[in-house]
Amino acid sequence: MDILITGLLLGGTYALIAMGLNLQYGMARIMNLANGEMLVAGGFAAFWLYNAGQVSPLLTVFLVAPLAFALNWLIYRVMLLPLVRRAKSRGQLEVDSILATFGLSFVAVGLMLMAFGGDYFSYSYLARPVSFLGDTYALNRMVAFLAAVVICGALYLWLERSRAGMSIRAIAVAPESARLVGIDVPRLAAIAFALGGAVTAAGGALISSFLTLDASTGVVFTLKALIIVIMGGVGDVRGTIVAALLLGVMETFVAALIDPGLTLAAAYLLFILILLFRPQGLFGQRTT
Amino acid sequence: MTGQELRALILSTLALAAAAALPALGSSYWLTMGVTIAMYTVLATSWALFSGPTHYISLATAAFFGVGTYTTAIGIELLPYWTLLPIAAALGAVMAALVGFATLRLSGVYFVIFTLGLAEFVRQIITWVQNLTGQKGLYVLTDLTEKHIYWQLLGLAALVYLAGWLIARSRLGFALRIIGDDEEVARHVGIDTALAKIVLFMVPGAVAAVAGAMLAPRYIYIEPSLAFTPMLSFQVVIMALLGGTGRLWGAVVGVIPFTLLWEAISASFPNQTTLLLGVAFLVIVYLLPRGFVGLLEDARRRLGGGGW
Repeated sequence: MDILITGLLLGGTYALIAMGLNLQYGMARIMNLANGEMLVAGGFAAFWLYNAGQVSPLLTVFLVAPLAFALNWLIYRVMLLPLVRRAKSRGQLEVDSILATFGLSFVAVGLMLMAFGGDYFSYSYLARPVSFLGDTYALNRMVAFLAAVVICGALYLWLERSRAGMSIRAIAVAPESARLVGIDVPRLAAIAFALGGAVTAAGGALISSFLTLDASTGVVFTLKALIIVIMGGVGDVRGTIVAALLLGVMETFVAALIDPGLTLAAAYLLFILILLFRPQGLFGQRTT
Repeated sequence: MTGQELRALILSTLALAAAAALPALGSSYWLTMGVTIAMYTVLATSWALFSGPTHYISLATAAFFGVGTYTTAIGIELLPYWTLLPIAAALGAVMAALVGFATLRLSGVYFVIFTLGLAEFVRQIITWVQNLTGQKGLYVLTDLTEKHIYWQLLGLAALVYLAGWLIARSRLGFALRIIGDDEEVARHVGIDTALAKIVLFMVPGAVAAVAGAMLAPRYIYIEPSLAFTPMLSFQVVIMALLGGTGRLWGAVVGVIPFTLLWEAISASFPNQTTLLLGVAFLVIVYLLPRGFVGLLEDARRRLGGGGW
């Protein structure tokens, strides 16, 4: 029982990160392999502010998110839009954006190594036990989970209810037709991409309160987020949340019952099963 | 055989003979560089054989390479060294076929993600098995020296070039050119596109595993983090794309300068190699989308020279 809840708590934060990637890949159509580095950067900010001025990671989120939004908007406009413009086909854009964001990811790791060194970093924020349903859990995991739920909920409502959210969903479904009904696709794609970066960085600030990170761990989170997005179905918010919780629970089970060194292998196994049996995602419809 | 092909054959034989004479220089530094360059030439050329026509970016090189390294490490106690190379090739090919079966029917993104995690997946499992059995690493003790490893790699390179030439002339190569141009068309004319891609992907799988098996004696002490280093996959991608995947000889044009640059950077700024990888990726995407080969061909065209 406590494994299940710990897994769900972890899955909640994963959902936030995967949601960020889903905005970028599902809506803006850019497979962003530098996503994990944005997360680590958010974590670094939280770490640094906490050590320098005891700033709570929850407050850091409000600082990191706008910064990450601006940075990702710039990245999209300056680096990715030219690729979108020159691409002759979806496949060409995919290859180009994969290579470009790999480049970005390595540059980001290199810069972070230069600025902070290769050490692991962690800080102790709200690291006290709380009891819940008869078992004890770390308070920081609980708080991070609740914050993730709030952010995910707000994002979901915005996508479902607001006009901009609806337009973004429209470009996710049919980018060509969206233009015909007067949606400014490049502008909204840039917003979706930037928002995805902001959500991921916020997730990084939250996750750093209970996980140890270092400059080169980003790729692990990228991989997990990708697996979640594909498992949940590209562009599907509800599927992403379910898949993230599933992955969180599965990882926690494997770590607790078999070996903590196998968490990524477990995620990967799940991924293989999805690819073999439901490549369109858990709730997706098979397309032709 | 046309005159052009004969000329290419003579040129490549001469180049191979010249490369084979490298140990005669007697410089251990250049011999070490030679092994590194030969290794990356083998890996990048076989990578380009698959990724050139299909446009699928494979990051599985490190996984195949590691499997090959472990084949030697485990097998050396039981079997003579020479039998291990074909075993490694078979293992690599089977693994590539399995990966291909799971992903090559789907779009390119799935393939990239799958191969990105593959090396780490295999590494975690081997580490776990080693923890269960209580051993940390394996010793590979042979009397093969750097010189022998170098010649073996050159032989493998010759095989890779031969395979590339044969594939280009075969039905498979013809099918792949159509797939590369337009997969939809290929499917409509009755090409089993998934099967063609899976068969082709087995080539770099087998080659990378053999390369890993050949290099195991050089490492002497084998452990998972050494055999499955993820950097290897990225370096191979960069070298192949930097050279250009459109030509069989393209990869080596990227391998030599990048290896020299990499060695220079890691000697004087060991912490900046990640940054170098990143910048190299960006240069390829924004400045050299067709690699050095593209530059050379543009230059030839501008000078009014004919095609190849």
